[in-house]
Amino acid sequence: MADEHHRGYRIYAITWFWLLVITLLEVAIVLVGVPRAVLVTALVVLALMKAALIMAYFMHLAYERLTLVYAVVVPMALLAVVMFAFIGPDALSVHRMR
Amino acid sequence: MSAGEHRTTLAAEWGGGQSPFAVGWPKFMMWLFLISDTLTFAGLLTGYGAVRLALGRWVHQFEIFNIGLVSLMTFILICSSATMAVAVGAARAGDRPRVLRYLLLTVLGGLFFLGAQAYEWTHFIGEGARLFTNPWGIPQFSATFFVITGFHGGHVTAGVIYLLLTALRWRRGTIQPESVEIAGLYWHFVDLVWVFIFTLLYLI
Repeated sequence: MADEHHRGYRIYAITWFWLLVITLLEVAIVLVGVPRAVLVTALVVLALMKAALIMAYFMHLAYERLTLVYAVVVPMALLAVVMFAFIGPDALSVHRMR
Repeated sequence: MSAGEHRTTLAAEWGGGQSPFAVGWPKFMMWLFLISDTLTFAGLLTGYGAVRLALGRWVHQFEIFNIGLVSLMTFILICSSATMAVAVGAARAGDRPRVLRYLLLTVLGGLFFLGAQAYEWTHFIGEGARLFTNPWGIPQFSATFFVITGFHGGHVTAGVIYLLLTALRWRRGTIQPESVEIAGLYWHFVDLVWVFIFTLLYLI
């Protein structure tokens, strides 16, 4: 039991570490300056990775029964698809949007 | 089969026993709230994207935002999410003093975040930015920035109050570990929303 709790804290530290690494990567990509379409794609993918880490480990979704995971993740995935359908193509096609 | 019969069958199958989601109803209700809150923020962010794309031009974010400060705010919020996770783990493990310590650390992170945001807003308002005007030539920037960060800041404020109440009730011993876990879900969600606000408003 005690060992299980110890492992529990460790997974939070690992999640925290990767969230920070991804955040640094995001800022670095912006500062380096890459083509607009690459920048938008990379930042969205990195943000989704952070979201997945937070939901899976901080919000314990990785340890819940699959019915709850589906109830939460399926609407989110549909939402992401709809949002991308509305603004994604334009966001990627405008090369230097200022 | 009539509609009434169909309803009876479904009710009989479940029988009102254990929830198929295998979580208590308070936690499930929090998940439902978080899904609906996601839709609210998704609406705001989609609106922002539509406005910005329709306009075809935008402010130079790096000349307006203090990206160092915003990165620090992001860092603090991630740290507070981690301390919240530890508080939840400690509550499950029955480590009572640790729960209180980490809840208060989380509150501290939230207060720091709010302080930094108040500084950012004061700075912009001092430079002449208002809800529908600003000196940078794109009025829509003000509206989307103040509404979206304001809405998120409101969530952080509510979260700080929620966590303080949870800490108080935990110290009195009037709540179960599940209540700490539910407060944690809300706090992580606030961090989750900031991931997208940070990316879409400040970086892209």
